[in-house]
Amino acid sequence: MNKRLVFLTPLAIALGLGLILFTAIGKDPTKLETARLNDSIPAFNLKSLVDNSKQFSEKDFIGKVSLLNVWATWCPSCRVEHGYLNTLADQGVRIIGLNYKDDREAALIWLKKLGNPYEFTIYDPHGKLGFDLGVYGAPETYVVDQYGVVRYRHVGIIDDRVWSETIKPLVDKYNQIASKVQPKPQSK
Amino acid sequence: MRIQQNGGVLFFLIVLAFTSSSLLASIDLYEFSSEENQARYKALTKELRCPKCQNQDIADSNAPIASDMRREVYRLLEDGQDDRTIVSFMVDRFGEFVSYKPKVKPATYLLWYGPWAILLLGVVIIALMAGRRATKKKKELTEELVSNDKEKRDSGAKSASLDQHEQVEQLLSRFKDD
Repeated sequence: MNKRLVFLTPLAIALGLGLILFTAIGKDPTKLETARLNDSIPAFNLKSLVDNSKQFSEKDFIGKVSLLNVWATWCPSCRVEHGYLNTLADQGVRIIGLNYKDDREAALIWLKKLGNPYEFTIYDPHGKLGFDLGVYGAPETYVVDQYGVVRYRHVGIIDDRVWSETIKPLVDKYNQIASKVQPKPQSK
Repeated sequence: MRIQQNGGVLFFLIVLAFTSSSLLASIDLYEFSSEENQARYKALTKELRCPKCQNQDIADSNAPIASDMRREVYRLLEDGQDDRTIVSFMVDRFGEFVSYKPKVKPATYLLWYGPWAILLLGVVIIALMAGRRATKKKKELTEELVSNDKEKRDSGAKSASLDQHEQVEQLLSRFKDD
């Protein structure tokens, strides 16, 4: 019986290790954890891309559930997803743009040519807000709830599948919470 | 003579090919207020991992994000921040992934203590096996001794009975003679 134990222990260890390692198969190693998850949008003060005299801050996220889309004209995948962002904006989804490490002229031409799905676009030529958010590659899209708290980050392009499978359920969920909570501040 | 010269050029080119990329990788020029800060900068940029080009530290990577991180490390260093603050500044933004020395917490217990646990398990298994072998040997030895003893006693008994037998026979034969 003891002999059986000697043979079974390595087998059990191998199976256990196999199980742990198996869960990592198919995981994309380029997708990192979101350090900012469930944290507020970091404080910032940046100009608008479209209107140089306008300033935006983290307070502009408060009140409504929004998507924060990080994009740049030097990013080919951003061009791929742009059309889909336009259709989302047409459906009434609030999308805020973060123009990341880009050239203003080029970005404005891009919006004119491809359409502008953004309620407003933050101009971040040095990637300051991007750095504080932990952006490591465009495009990235954040789901931000009505309190300005980051609830989800998607790295890569948004298409029909990503939208309907992961992002839309989250937006719906936080919209629902927002509609339930909203009467409270009014009674204050 | 000429071949030797060509060999020298070739060697030079090979050396160049292997060194140039790493030289170009981090060509930022920072002026440090002290030599200690410069040494800390070197150590920190080796300890931080580039989120974009994985498996490269930020000192070695020429990705834009790595250059941004180096700039921030420099800024925080000259700002008088300590190493721990600088690393957690990066971890706050890019996650635990970015540190080559992740913090000890439940999610990293396996990483930090796993090898020790496996080593301990190995020691325990070896100790158990050695122990078992020792007891087995002891058992065999005592068994051998016991069986030897038994044999001796058996043979002893036999000879004793043989003696008695003879004595009886002798006695009987004596009576017969009379």
